Amino acid sequence: MSSLAAGALFLPGFPGLGGNLVTPEQLLVPAADVALKKRLADAALNAAKSAGASYADVRIGRSLNQGIFTREKQVQNIQSTESYGAGVRVLANGTWGFAATNTVSEEGLAKAAQLAVQIAKANSKVQKEQVKLAPVKGHGEVSWKTPIQQNAFEVPIAQKVDLLLGANAKALENGASFINSALFQVNEQKYFASTDGSYIDQDIHRIWPTFSVTAIDRASGKFRSRQALSAPMGMGYEYMMPKAADKVAGPAGSDLVGYKNSYDILEDATAATKQVKQKLTAKSVTPGKYDLVLDPHHLGLTIHESVGHPTELDRVLGYEANYAGTSFATLEWKAKKQPYGSKLVNIVADKQQANSLGAVGYDDEGVKTKKWDLIKDGMLIDYQKIRDQAAMVGQNESDGCCYAQSWSDVQFQRMPNVSLQPGKAKLSVDDMVKGVDKGIYIAGHGSFSIDQQRYNSQFGGQVFYEIDKGKITGMLEDVAYQTNTLEFWNSCAAICDESDYRFSGFFNDGKGQPSQSSAVSHGSSTTRFNGVNVINTARKIG
Amino acid sequence: MPILSKDEAQTILKKVLSYSKADECTVSLRGRTSGNIRYARNNVSTAGSTDNVSLVVESGFGKRSGVATCNEFDEATLRRCVQRAEEIARLAPEDPDYVPLLGPQQYLTPVAFAQSTAGITPDFRAKAAADSIALCQERKLTAAGYLEDGASFLALRNSKGLEAYQQDTNLDFSITVRTPDGTGSGYAVADFTDANKLDAKALTKIAADKAAGSVNAKAIEPGKYTVILEPAALVSDEGLLNNLMYSLDARSADEGRSFLSKKGGGNKLGQKLFDERVTIYSDPLNAEAPGNVFDGNGLPVKRTVWIEKGVMKNMFYSRFWAQKNNVAPTAFPNGFIMEGGTQTVQDMIKSTEKGILVTRLWYIRDVDPQTLLYTGLTRDGTFYIENGKIKHPVKNFRFNESPIIMLNNIEAIGKPQRLGGNLVPPLKIRDFTFTSLSDAV
Repeated sequence: MSSLAAGALFLPGFPGLGGNLVTPEQLLVPAADVALKKRLADAALNAAKSAGASYADVRIGRSLNQGIFTREKQVQNIQSTESYGAGVRVLANGTWGFAATNTVSEEGLAKAAQLAVQIAKANSKVQKEQVKLAPVKGHGEVSWKTPIQQNAFEVPIAQKVDLLLGANAKALENGASFINSALFQVNEQKYFASTDGSYIDQDIHRIWPTFSVTAIDRASGKFRSRQALSAPMGMGYEYMMPKAADKVAGPAGSDLVGYKNSYDILEDATAATKQVKQKLTAKSVTPGKYDLVLDPHHLGLTIHESVGHPTELDRVLGYEANYAGTSFATLEWKAKKQPYGSKLVNIVADKQQANSLGAVGYDDEGVKTKKWDLIKDGMLIDYQKIRDQAAMVGQNESDGCCYAQSWSDVQFQRMPNVSLQPGKAKLSVDDMVKGVDKGIYIAGHGSFSIDQQRYNSQFGGQVFYEIDKGKITGMLEDVAYQTNTLEFWNSCAAICDESDYRFSGFFNDGKGQPSQSSAVSHGSSTTRFNGVNVINTARKIG
Repeated sequence: MPILSKDEAQTILKKVLSYSKADECTVSLRGRTSGNIRYARNNVSTAGSTDNVSLVVESGFGKRSGVATCNEFDEATLRRCVQRAEEIARLAPEDPDYVPLLGPQQYLTPVAFAQSTAGITPDFRAKAAADSIALCQERKLTAAGYLEDGASFLALRNSKGLEAYQQDTNLDFSITVRTPDGTGSGYAVADFTDANKLDAKALTKIAADKAAGSVNAKAIEPGKYTVILEPAALVSDEGLLNNLMYSLDARSADEGRSFLSKKGGGNKLGQKLFDERVTIYSDPLNAEAPGNVFDGNGLPVKRTVWIEKGVMKNMFYSRFWAQKNNVAPTAFPNGFIMEGGTQTVQDMIKSTEKGILVTRLWYIRDVDPQTLLYTGLTRDGTFYIENGKIKHPVKNFRFNESPIIMLNNIEAIGKPQRLGGNLVPPLKIRDFTFTSLSDAV
């Protein structure tokens, strides 16, 4: 745990580009042949069984990443990385063991399997609860691929750099003091095999363009930033090719644009610069109760923190008590049948949703992915669980949301895409705003914090607009809302229809010790919450 | 081969440098061997160990540079790695911030390595977990804990004659104890260079006492309170003091986007920004919290005073920004030391008429970089103090506070203790701002 990191960062937390730094061309070298991977996997599975494992799975992973970083008129860094290796997980004496190796040979994998069994047997001496796995039928030899239109790694770096520098130029010509921009691209090539008889080859792609524009008023010493309204997506480079049909206008008087399945970085950088300059002189909010109208980019973060995390079964059961925390939504709480939200609130978990960060064909323990209800008509009806958790809540099926950030990490329960279902009745954002007497429209995710059981949260945003008697009247600053999860979701008063639905997402959600990151999307339409407590965050430091 | 000796590492680096055809080349070798054990619900949940050594080659042609890495060390792989760095460099755009490599440097002799930690076995970890679990089982409490230990080395060499090598070890232990009904929770955390200093049982007892003592917490009104912040409430992955130290970048200040920016331009170096009792410095040779003697660029890390008697004495200058401003660059230390007194937390409680004892702050996020305002919550042991005694546990609070305001509202500074590689005293602060209550335990 090192305590001093490099100076101030101006962009949201970058995911680590793990692996060896390689030339961009290396990212286009095809994955190893499936027959070879099957042979390697069998070597691991056989070695595990011979050493006494009752179950084993192996993940041969090749993880490819590229990050391009720029500021103003210069390229700061371009990194291409490759990581290749295999992780073997076994059950012996009812206890898990795991070992990983970057020696991807039959001997290397067999050795890792034997070590995993050794570790499992050693740990079984202090194990009191035996692991019970929900049954999974072997899938045989199958494959799945993110349905991308263009592999981002095939796009020349010069083209990607030009696009980022183009966005920077838009910001600078509109009067920004500074802009940092970045493009992250990920390709996970995963081969999974288990003693259940599954051999699963998957090719998963993700992309995330982002920037932060800063405006400074030297005379007053005030500075403000506005970050991109892009979402990280489970897509290829097609996300960077803007289409008119994917643009969703914000409410009248806001000059905001939201983005669905393609992103216009040039347009957003221009808008961000105009907005960040307005933020310098915007009215400071008067604290009090407001009706909040939250755009999907913003609401995704609130869903993530106040529904996604508390419904993770490992948190509910206490496995994360020392780090990420537990959950208020315990089995006892669920049994009391108290409403989580108003009757409008329907929240689904979905590992199949097209273009999302969490979409895969099979999870990291070979379970076919699915979609299921977490909250129906305001009531909590289920959790997120994997094979070794299902029996603990009297179920016999995994939800298929097991994930490891790389071949070298052990897989565990991770959040699937968790999304608020759009309203069934036709409702536009403009019509929603018209019905608000005293409110605030918030777009983009900003500062966020929530307690370890997910009751009390505080959220900021990127831009805030005052709503007075059904109209947006101007920009506000220093806004944050503080709320209790149950009060918040029970104050949900209206949800826009499907035409407004889009994703927000996170490239690097952290959980576990040692901490692992995962990528997850949250879909929603603009939603209204009544009577939420808003505080003013301005302070004087002399 | 994760931990190479100085001679072994430099022999490889010398060979790799000999393959370079670039104008400038830096090669570095890093290795780490580490192990961990994790437990929850009074059961071991996962355990693992990892070893890795990797070579980084950074080649430069004029102002263009490229980096490549590998973790195999046969001659062909090493040559390919150098070629790859050179290929990437030739294709890279010119970097206007490029600074030529450092020449040979003088370094302090590092003291951050302990053989006791480098030699840890899985049995050592299992025993720590078993001791911790046993104590909780006896007291009908539930333990969730994590222990991670590691030994590392870093060797550098460049084409201008710079040569550097250091080793370090660390052990991190944290434990959360909860009552089975979930109405009480306590926490303890510690880290060491020397693993022999770990007493898992003693730390678990602290967490267990806090868990048992925090049952039936009462709600009191949020507002401004005198607080005693234990070190774990000041320093963590995201702690208020770490965040303050992360924010001392000179370039951001000069660019006008930092709390250290001055109205009208320039920065606040030399200004008194904190209570005169605040002195924070780094010292890689501190016996309790030793650190690295050079940073990733090869810059020597020396004793550096950041804040002295409340005055901003030094800021972080990258080599580029230092050159542009004609000042000496600042190496990044891997820890800081806040000076304190001799009072223990118990002494501080005794001298408090009314106040709140805070074990830990959690989920700390920036709200306004202009004022360094942060929000977060208390967790795992929050108690009301009256007339010098802990009166009862209280429900957790959300705070909205700036470390700058906090370090101007100091009532007392206690005895520093090691945490996260730093030395941090408990602080008694007046008017600490709690803005709402949380039901979380």
